[in-house]
Amino acid sequence: MANQAPPGKSEDPAAPPTRKRTVQIIGSPVSRARQVILGVIPILILCLLYAYFSHQRHVENPMDRLMPGFDQLAEGLKEITTPNKRTEEVWLWVDTKASLLRLFKGMGSGLAIAITLGLLMGIFSHVRAIFAPLMTALAKVPPLALLPIIFIFLGVDESSKIVLIALGIAPTLTNDIALAGKAVPQSAVVKAYTLGASTSEVAFKVIFPQILPRILDSIRLTIGPAWIFLIASEAISADSGLGYRIYVVQRQLAMNVILPYVLWIALLGVVMDYVIAAISRWGFPWAHDRGGH
Amino acid sequence: MAEEVARDSAGGESVSREPLTLDVSSVWQRYPSKGGHQVVLSDVSLKVPEPQFLTVVGPSGCGKSTLLRLILGSESPWKGAVHAAGREVVHPDRNRGIVFQKYSLFPHLTVLENVMFGLELDGTWLLQKWLTWPWYKQRHKQHQEQAMEYLKTVRLDQHAGKYPHQLSGGMQQRVAIAQAMIMKPAILLMDEPFGALDPGTREDLQLTIIETFEEQKATIFFVTHDLEEALFVGTRLLVLSSFYSVDEGEDAVGSKLVMDIPTPKTPTTADKKRGDFRELIQEVRRQGFDPEYRQHVREFDLRH
Repeated sequence: MANQAPPGKSEDPAAPPTRKRTVQIIGSPVSRARQVILGVIPILILCLLYAYFSHQRHVENPMDRLMPGFDQLAEGLKEITTPNKRTEEVWLWVDTKASLLRLFKGMGSGLAIAITLGLLMGIFSHVRAIFAPLMTALAKVPPLALLPIIFIFLGVDESSKIVLIALGIAPTLTNDIALAGKAVPQSAVVKAYTLGASTSEVAFKVIFPQILPRILDSIRLTIGPAWIFLIASEAISADSGLGYRIYVVQRQLAMNVILPYVLWIALLGVVMDYVIAAISRWGFPWAHDRGGH
Repeated sequence: MAEEVARDSAGGESVSREPLTLDVSSVWQRYPSKGGHQVVLSDVSLKVPEPQFLTVVGPSGCGKSTLLRLILGSESPWKGAVHAAGREVVHPDRNRGIVFQKYSLFPHLTVLENVMFGLELDGTWLLQKWLTWPWYKQRHKQHQEQAMEYLKTVRLDQHAGKYPHQLSGGMQQRVAIAQAMIMKPAILLMDEPFGALDPGTREDLQLTIIETFEEQKATIFFVTHDLEEALFVGTRLLVLSSFYSVDEGEDAVGSKLVMDIPTPKTPTTADKKRGDFRELIQEVRRQGFDPEYRQHVREFDLRH
């Protein structure tokens, strides 16, 4: 009915009919600025909620330690960022150094295993047939259940923590890399052979470079688990480390130390994730901007 | 029965001295299927003495791509053998280039690197680049220049630094042709290379490949489902089909070459509208693609 309106009533007959655009939410793009604003909202709400409940608790009991107020947090922050009275050490610095060293050693060795084995499994179907069931089974074992075994064999010092991280991330990562290698189309391999490539050249110049961005993605996903294993092993036995500190000050209910540490760990994780993502975008532009023609 | 035929044709071939560019002798191929095997190719023979532009057509599922893979070497025949330049084909190697319909380029390399890929790797081993650096660098420069020339012939020298995903489908296929041809293969295999392109781009690439054939004098084995394209680009048309009849008591299994004819000269795209060209299309369609029309095995028009 509406589109049969008499022509006389329209003010400008040349103007195109204004149709009401319905919003299709799925798939509609969000501008960068709006993304930032939307992303900040929940964080802000969380902070406000914390401030509110913390305040409530302090009204009842000014000495409350479980939800420290901002002045208490500042005090805790000062405690961990200035040299300790007894040991002359800056806690945050010492702990971060110890933890990151363990994390990198653990992830590094886990990655070395995963890339070597995963690549071989992805390229050679026989290697895949040998290791895939084992890796799948190992990936299902909670690494923390292996911790006692590791402690028994390696003692409770540094090496056991590194081994836990390595063993924790290697099986999943191996299978992931193997799958990525297998997913490289057979036609790419055939093509490389027709261009005179040898088997090792097919492996290292065709398959490996093609799955590198995928490997970086997998590494990003293992940062989370790696931190779990790190904190867990530090909580059980260590003399420094972010996990160690959190568990030590837990006895004094020092929430004003624990909270900054947790936030710090989150920040470190985010930075690591961002750095790897940036390396991937910078090093492998072909794997990212799929849109442009 | 089949082995007899194989021996017969092998005997006939030994007369010629010069090894044939391509010699497919009594090839059979079958694939495992539910409760046994399905025969796809049944006693297919093909001889190519000098560079020819072979185009292969046939109803879908007739085994065109299978025949291509057998010649490429990525698949082995059940019976029979394929020889290229006198050597039996066992694996894909640098003597036979390939252009696929999809995934035809390496996504992690730029256009120039894709074209250079073969030159860089041919005759080298993995760590040579690092161990013989000055020599390698000089070689690398020559390869770059050579690759740029090939890119010029397919009119893509302006896009040398781009990655494949930044190119249109037609441009990607042109790069793929340059990538394969730079190795100067004796045989270039193409598996429906233009199947995913729009008609305009397609015609453009048909002319490109005809030019390439005339310049390089390589044998081209071109599989397509488009009969008009096959007659237009090729110099020799092969029709592979399972629609034929045999003597009573025998089973017709697998596809055979039911037609093998030289194609009419078609110098320009306008020739596609010529009367005799259209008539030929109708004729091939009837003999190869019509399930109702069945030639007897003995009547095939074959001039191997």
